Amino acid sequence: MTNASETTLARPARPGFRIDLRTAAPFIALAVLLVFGALLNPNFVSAANLINVLTRCAFIAIIAVGATFVIAAGGLDLSVGSMAAFIAGSMILVMNSMGSEASVGVIALSMVIALGIGAACGLANGLVTTVGRIEPFIVTLGTMGIFRALVIWLAEGGSIAMKDQELRAVYRPVYFGTVAGIPIPVLVFLAVAAVAAFILYKTRFGRHVLAVGSNEDVARYSGIPVGRVRTLTYVVQGVCVAIAVLVYVPRLGAATPTTGLLWELQAITAVVIGGTALRGGTGRVWGTLCGALILEVVGNIMVLSDLVSEYLIGAVQGAIIIIAMLVQRSMMRRA
Amino acid sequence: MKSSATVLAAVAGSLLMGGVAVAQEKKVIAVSIPAADHGWTAGVVYHANAAAEEIKAAFPNIEVIVKTSPSASAQVSAIEDIAAGRGMDALVILPHSSEELTSPVKQIKDNGTFITVVDRGLTDPTIQDLYLAGDNIAVGHTTAKFLVDKLGGKGNLVVLRGIPTVIDDERIKGFEDGIKGTDLKILDIQYANWNSDDAFKVMQDFLAKYPQIDAVWANDDDMLLGVLEAMKQSGRTEIKYALGGNGMKEIIEKVMAGDPVTPIETPYPPSMIKTAIYMTAAQFNGQAPIRGTVKLDAPLITQENAKEYYFPESPF
Repeated sequence: MTNASETTLARPARPGFRIDLRTAAPFIALAVLLVFGALLNPNFVSAANLINVLTRCAFIAIIAVGATFVIAAGGLDLSVGSMAAFIAGSMILVMNSMGSEASVGVIALSMVIALGIGAACGLANGLVTTVGRIEPFIVTLGTMGIFRALVIWLAEGGSIAMKDQELRAVYRPVYFGTVAGIPIPVLVFLAVAAVAAFILYKTRFGRHVLAVGSNEDVARYSGIPVGRVRTLTYVVQGVCVAIAVLVYVPRLGAATPTTGLLWELQAITAVVIGGTALRGGTGRVWGTLCGALILEVVGNIMVLSDLVSEYLIGAVQGAIIIIAMLVQRSMMRRA
Repeated sequence: MKSSATVLAAVAGSLLMGGVAVAQEKKVIAVSIPAADHGWTAGVVYHANAAAEEIKAAFPNIEVIVKTSPSASAQVSAIEDIAAGRGMDALVILPHSSEELTSPVKQIKDNGTFITVVDRGLTDPTIQDLYLAGDNIAVGHTTAKFLVDKLGGKGNLVVLRGIPTVIDDERIKGFEDGIKGTDLKILDIQYANWNSDDAFKVMQDFLAKYPQIDAVWANDDDMLLGVLEAMKQSGRTEIKYALGGNGMKEIIEKVMAGDPVTPIETPYPPSMIKTAIYMTAAQFNGQAPIRGTVKLDAPLITQENAKEYYFPESPF
């Protein structure tokens, strides 16, 4: 892992060949967890289990990549879980309304519509935050309730399921299928992360995001359109949520009022574990991916081991996350 | 002060008398239920509205008002508003929470209203005239008995439970009692929050952890949907049964179709609200005394009787 692509605007990495511990910390934490899991239960390192875990973390990973942009620019989005449920519900309703023809075209069109809804939801969050000058915490808490209520309304409290079983069969491989042995959701989150890393580290917009999050006033005096940059980060977030939904819908073929519940907290946790500061100014896309994986691995280890009673799993998960952060901090101080 | 209060009381009294005179023409049954926020409550709302329509059509002298409330405090306001507004002769209530609704319902009872409580009891059972509920212990017990019978009293089970609540505890207790004394062994039991996504993950992990599973029980049908997808993905064929509970229409459809892995279902039917409304209405039409406690059983739903529990129009 070189550090060239993980540098931040505020604190450029020193030149040389040293591994940046700051960047490597989440990866080391993940490696420790993997060893721990293997010691507890040999089944943990079986290919089937590791592939399951890697595939399952796709939703949170993709959403968290978007959250990296929002948080790096000094914002916050609490609405992503509800937004995911709303987009999933709308997308399924669109597919159900498109008649009986089970074809790739129907799915492609639904995907485009889902991406559009995601971008629109993100744009709404962004505009209310920047034009209305309201704390993003409050704005997205509000839209969180709105999106959740909309999906409950669309589902009449029940579930929205794909009606056409043939169409489901056509769409199903998007979650369960593989290309060259790698599950498609994994390929999707790697691609999303690669594009996101390019945008954040190699483009002008990316540098503006970090500058705005680092110091808003300085950014404004430097001629950066702060409001527009902030708004666009929410659009990026919305599109990422929609991409996650594209992979989510084929898994169970349904959206319910409990879809995406608490995903926002998982996404934010993944971003922070990955080394992005909540106060903004830094963004670590690959670290975020690693953070999402750590969350999923912790849950997996808990179920695979017999150490903890089912009543205490939440407590142990919480403790592991805090310990992982403490280990990271101590490494950063040494760096 | 005292005199004005007396005047007010007199005015209110005369108004009330007038109200009673009109109400004798038409009896009002108010139905207060939680708003639909997940599958089961959505079913309750559906069945309450269906019952209201059917009773209005069948008995022109009975008016049924259905009010849904998103929280316990909203539910208190809703029943107080109806009581203060048009008044009611009977209240059928599925309380959000026992503690918060007990004293408001008692006040309505003190006005002479007939009280029917459904599913979740009030803290003071003397308030209710009629209490109607399902049997969560039987949901677990009936399923367990089926597995004991079909697996010949021997085998490895995994169980998914919901959210730590009385409902969840009772279902698990009924199940554990049902397999007591047999060689059926629960290998593992985990919470999956009555959520299909969480159940999918837990089931994937169970499959990775245990090489041989004979049957899986998810104590709710939402979770069963996730379990079935995880099984399908794994390609494991040794699992003979995957069973749920509650009576979701997608699962009832499987039972009707004779699915080999999910051949039965145990109900905790949201239609119990409908049963309660019909019973309450009976006393206003014919002279049918109905005070008491009714416990709906959780009988085995099989291919033969599945139709009785199948509501294709319901969201649940």
